[in-house]
Amino acid sequence: MAANRSLLLVAAAAAIMAAPFVLGIEGEFKGNDDRASEAIAEARPGYEPWFQPLWKPPSGEVETMLFAVQSALGAGLLGYIIGRRRSSAPRDVTRR
Amino acid sequence: MHIMEGYLPAEHAAGWFIASAPFVIAGAIRLKRIVHDRPQAKMTLAAAGAFTFVLSALKMPSVTGSCSHPTGTGLGAVVFGPAVMAVLGTIVLLFQALLLAHGGLTTLGANVFSMAIAGPWVSYGVWRLVKGMGAPVGLAVFLAAALGDLATYCVTSVQLALAYPDPASGIIGGVLKFGGIFAISQVPLAVAEGLLTVVVMNALSGRAGMADEIQVLSGEVK
Repeated sequence: MAANRSLLLVAAAAAIMAAPFVLGIEGEFKGNDDRASEAIAEARPGYEPWFQPLWKPPSGEVETMLFAVQSALGAGLLGYIIGRRRSSAPRDVTRR
Repeated sequence: MHIMEGYLPAEHAAGWFIASAPFVIAGAIRLKRIVHDRPQAKMTLAAAGAFTFVLSALKMPSVTGSCSHPTGTGLGAVVFGPAVMAVLGTIVLLFQALLLAHGGLTTLGANVFSMAIAGPWVSYGVWRLVKGMGAPVGLAVFLAAALGDLATYCVTSVQLALAYPDPASGIIGGVLKFGGIFAISQVPLAVAEGLLTVVVMNALSGRAGMADEIQVLSGEVK
């Protein structure tokens, strides 16, 4: 039951992600931060950020890789913890 | 989507650092106490950090034709209270500022305030309120995570509006303008975050829908 509910919820989340394309929404699908900097440029023509990132990923590919690494690290650790909790759960019951 | 490096005037940047610092320090103290008092909660703490890591790396498309990412701070805020998320969120924001040129060091204080403080506090408040009204755990977790996510981006909009008021309509106009960019497109993402938070919470506890689900995770009940 719980597993079925989880599957349904994940499917609903996936449907929300797919909705813009299924509905054929027009747009560039740029990041909101880029849209914000455009809005700032409109409000303050000629504004230049006064500080630059210390390091920038040299290309879109490297940036994508690093974002993927970030989510892989998180997902890996999360999966490990879920697995550990599951496998140790019966022992906890008997110990009680 | 955090405020970009160098985009907040220096005095605003400094102000947000000063506003955020006490929360991060209090969070660190709280974190230390939790680890000391309930060592069995360490795993869930790591999971709360990992969940934020995953969700804040996922840039998702929105029906508004732009992209943003969820925050993932609601899960930890519900289980451990909002204080610890100030620390975990800061770690995630530092990672993204240093390695991904996403967000920034000068804007770190402001971004910590929106994602690691305001969002988790809203999540925690919603959780207490909805749970207190007798709602099922799943529904309360969903609303807490979704509204915390949305609150983060409302705060981001206000932060930018304070720095860049609309030339004609002032700060209110700025809030509406940046809110139109950040908050509206965040609505479907916030719903997705709410759903995913319920799934991960259930998977972690293995006790979906049971009243003591959250206490088991926080280590208060074995």
